[in-house]
Amino acid sequence: MKKTAIDPTPPIKRVTRFLTAHVEAKLLGAILLLMAVGLLIIYSASNQNLGRVLAQLLNMLVALAVMYLFANIPPHYLQRTALPLYVIGVALLICVALFGDVVNGARRWLHVGVTRIQPSELMKIALPLMLAWYFDRYEATLRLKNYLIATALLALPVALVVRQPDLGTALLIFAAGCYVLFLANLSWRIIAGLAIAGAASLPFVWSLLHDYQRQRILTLLDPTQDPLGAGYHTLQSMIAIGSGGVLGKGWLHGTQAHLEFLPERTTDFIFAAYAEEFGLFGGLVLLLLFMLAIARGMVITANAPTPFTRLLAGAITLTFFTYAIVNMGMVSGLLPVVGVPLPLISYGGTSLVTICLGFGILMSIQTHKKLVQS
Amino acid sequence: MSELVINPGTELRNSRLEIYHFRTRLVLLSGFVLGVFFLLFVRLFYLQVWQHRHYHTLAEANRISVVPTAPSRGIITDRNGAVLAHNYSAYTLDIEPSQVGDLDALIDALGTVVEITPKDIRRFRKLLEETKGVDSLPIRSRLSDEEVARFLANSYRFPGAAINARLFRQYPQGELFSHVVGHIGRIDQDELDQLQADGSDANYRGTDYIGKTGLEQSYETYLHGTTGIAEVEVDANGHAMRTLSHMSPVSGGNLVLKLDARLQEVVYRAFGDNRGALVAIEPATGGVLALVSKPGFDPNLFVDGIDPQNWQELNDSPDHPMVNRALAGTYPPGSTFKPYMALAALTYGKRRPEQAIFDPGYFRFGGYTFRDDKPEGHGWVDMYKSLVVSCDTYYYMLANDLGIDNISAFMRQFGFGKPTGIDIDGEVAGVLPSQEWKLRRFGQKWYPGETISVGIGQGYNAYTPLQLAQAIATLANNGVMFRPHLVDYVEDIVTHRRTVIEPQPLRTIDVKPEYLAIVRDALVGVNKEGTSAAAFAGAGYVSAGKTGTAQVVAIKQGEKYVENRVSERHRDHALYVGYAPADNPRIALAIVVENAGFGAHAAAPIARKVFDYYLLGKQPEETGEENSDRSHTAD
Repeated sequence: MKKTAIDPTPPIKRVTRFLTAHVEAKLLGAILLLMAVGLLIIYSASNQNLGRVLAQLLNMLVALAVMYLFANIPPHYLQRTALPLYVIGVALLICVALFGDVVNGARRWLHVGVTRIQPSELMKIALPLMLAWYFDRYEATLRLKNYLIATALLALPVALVVRQPDLGTALLIFAAGCYVLFLANLSWRIIAGLAIAGAASLPFVWSLLHDYQRQRILTLLDPTQDPLGAGYHTLQSMIAIGSGGVLGKGWLHGTQAHLEFLPERTTDFIFAAYAEEFGLFGGLVLLLLFMLAIARGMVITANAPTPFTRLLAGAITLTFFTYAIVNMGMVSGLLPVVGVPLPLISYGGTSLVTICLGFGILMSIQTHKKLVQS
Repeated sequence: MSELVINPGTELRNSRLEIYHFRTRLVLLSGFVLGVFFLLFVRLFYLQVWQHRHYHTLAEANRISVVPTAPSRGIITDRNGAVLAHNYSAYTLDIEPSQVGDLDALIDALGTVVEITPKDIRRFRKLLEETKGVDSLPIRSRLSDEEVARFLANSYRFPGAAINARLFRQYPQGELFSHVVGHIGRIDQDELDQLQADGSDANYRGTDYIGKTGLEQSYETYLHGTTGIAEVEVDANGHAMRTLSHMSPVSGGNLVLKLDARLQEVVYRAFGDNRGALVAIEPATGGVLALVSKPGFDPNLFVDGIDPQNWQELNDSPDHPMVNRALAGTYPPGSTFKPYMALAALTYGKRRPEQAIFDPGYFRFGGYTFRDDKPEGHGWVDMYKSLVVSCDTYYYMLANDLGIDNISAFMRQFGFGKPTGIDIDGEVAGVLPSQEWKLRRFGQKWYPGETISVGIGQGYNAYTPLQLAQAIATLANNGVMFRPHLVDYVEDIVTHRRTVIEPQPLRTIDVKPEYLAIVRDALVGVNKEGTSAAAFAGAGYVSAGKTGTAQVVAIKQGEKYVENRVSERHRDHALYVGYAPADNPRIALAIVVENAGFGAHAAAPIARKVFDYYLLGKQPEETGEENSDRSHTAD
């Protein structure tokens, strides 16, 4: 790109362009649409609690600010933080295992001065970052050994998070790592071998699971066996979705959500409240919006300039997909109940910030390409 | 030139090939993403289209709760409108055991704001055992306004406990009508099964109580009414949000009895401390005017579930207050059997009225001596005298002449040994002795000697006071027998339409009117110059009747019955049957006074008070204990 001596554009426009240079409009559009749907359904599912909607709006603004911030950080800065971030993340997870606070039977939180943090949330970004950095660094000389080391880098935090226990987060971290491995051209023979080994180790994994986690899996197979206990969530959620029909009961008219039969209706099970009021048609619209965001992420990934950015963008996009599909699969009774919110829709700040942080990185990768080029 | 430029420092391998591999894998993953989204869409299609009806039904079932509204139970009044059973609204403190972890702790805590006696707790425990803890059960009923207020102010401390306004059944007359009106009680498992079998369980949703005994039981279908239904939208916690539709309950019908409460009370007082039973019937209709079994019990104890202590007391009492003696007690009729024997004699041509026999004071048969009550005998006795002086020897001989087959065939017409079909449950058949009966009962043949004591109403004879009353009412009604009934009509409280329990003539007995006239004439003589003349001296009407004394234990041959020597429970029962006025009877009755000795002394005066009250409206004076002088006239 060659600089002209005099820029003919007026100063205001130049300021605007400077500010929005790293905002990716198409991705932002999809994100804002999804957020709008989220606010709409939180209003209904919280029984028209405007306070909840405003609180979520505040969460969204914070998340968008974080997104903007990261969109403006060039990828190679991130590349440098990958190793320290990963080391800090693992160290914090070990601290959690040793000194963490127990909330609802799970040791997930760590006291840091005045506040508490959940290091597993950090790992959702730190791990793909680390693996992308690792594969980028050894890109020229990738051997089986490198894949083994990468697998170990993946297994360590996943194991720590599973032990907390937090199956949902562990699953997302694990999935992110797997996507990186797959995109880093892990040989098909090893993939097949791992698949067989994985299947063979299922009984062993089963023995590691907590009772309540096993119960969730059993309940998935037959939610009616325990309609008031473990199966209650899934059953009520399926009733909400199924009774919505093709066109839904209408906004603010979902009986399952409004009469409180649906548990966690503004957070993890918000999709059931949505499907009840907007039906199959609304469900299709939501799926398309998610696919729109994912498709944009895929395009950014495909066009990313370096191995690091390629792998990172792919991991972020596919983790977002995993988030969405695990949540909707769980709510519609296809997957066991794990605590995964519906990204950009569910009420709550933490996951919103993490997701938007990822999208900020995606935007950064897309918009800093030209600088790399030049 | 590719639009992608790889970082220059690391470009050592074939970057184009690498990018090709990467994009291939990205396309594969995109395909995976699409596939998974499609799978999810199929799942949504399955739930929302294919299974929509099923889940719609489930959602509606979640949402809509059908709340039954129990109807108000019908009121029972006597013929003059005196209330025998009614409802009143009061507050109860209920506990839902399934919602409570530590019941004892909750009850203790509740005891600090509402008075809960150990009796209440025992009663609650019993209910809990019976219902297996699925229902909401009352721990205290009839709370005062102050107690309600105290509980409500503290109710957050007592999850699982709640105050409910409820209709309570009350029997203002207490034990006076315990055996007639009966009582209601909580529906038990057997009754629930029965309701389900009848297909009427839907109408009992919301109803906790059902008639257990007496009229409450037999007229249950009239009294209960129709349960109302409200469709209410509820939230997941079961709180009602709004009413969607409503159908009001229809109250049960009111029972109006033939019975006269004041007459019943006269009877009750007249019995004093004696045990026994009285049944008074209107001969022309079979309507029951009074039905008393003493002692009674307070039916109000049973309404909320009786506490174990009261239950034990009632059950263990040697007086058996729970037994309805009028329907379920069987007694030998004694000499009250004689008028029917006389009718049988005339009908079968075994005696002419004026035909006299000589009574030496005993009758010998087959080596046994059957003694007359008057040891020196009554001398020459015709039919009139045989009834007026109650000559046993006359009837020993007559029984022998008639034979058991004739006696049982004739007596059967009067309803002896068969339930009368009165409109409450618990009636027993009694025993009308016959050859077949003995063969069936004991597997033995009938001995002619056994016929002799049957003739004076002893032996195997055993009838309920109700049967005795029905028989004498039939006699008073010139042989036309009606089914006794307590209820006159059932009134629908909305439409005021009356369902009249029509008098049901059962049969007309095959006796000639002139024979009936002869016997009825003699029964007038009994009250005028015979065994019960003292009791009816100076009565302002002409009455007819017959005294009787029934042996409780057999007296050995050659031994004499001396009342003082026999323990109280083995003393004879006093009986009386009669009707008045003699020419156009408006009331017929049968009385059994247990272990009270001679019928003339213990039973006939009660009849006098009943007739005086019913015919003349005369209240008996309270100090009338006439059992002081016991002269030995035969009964």
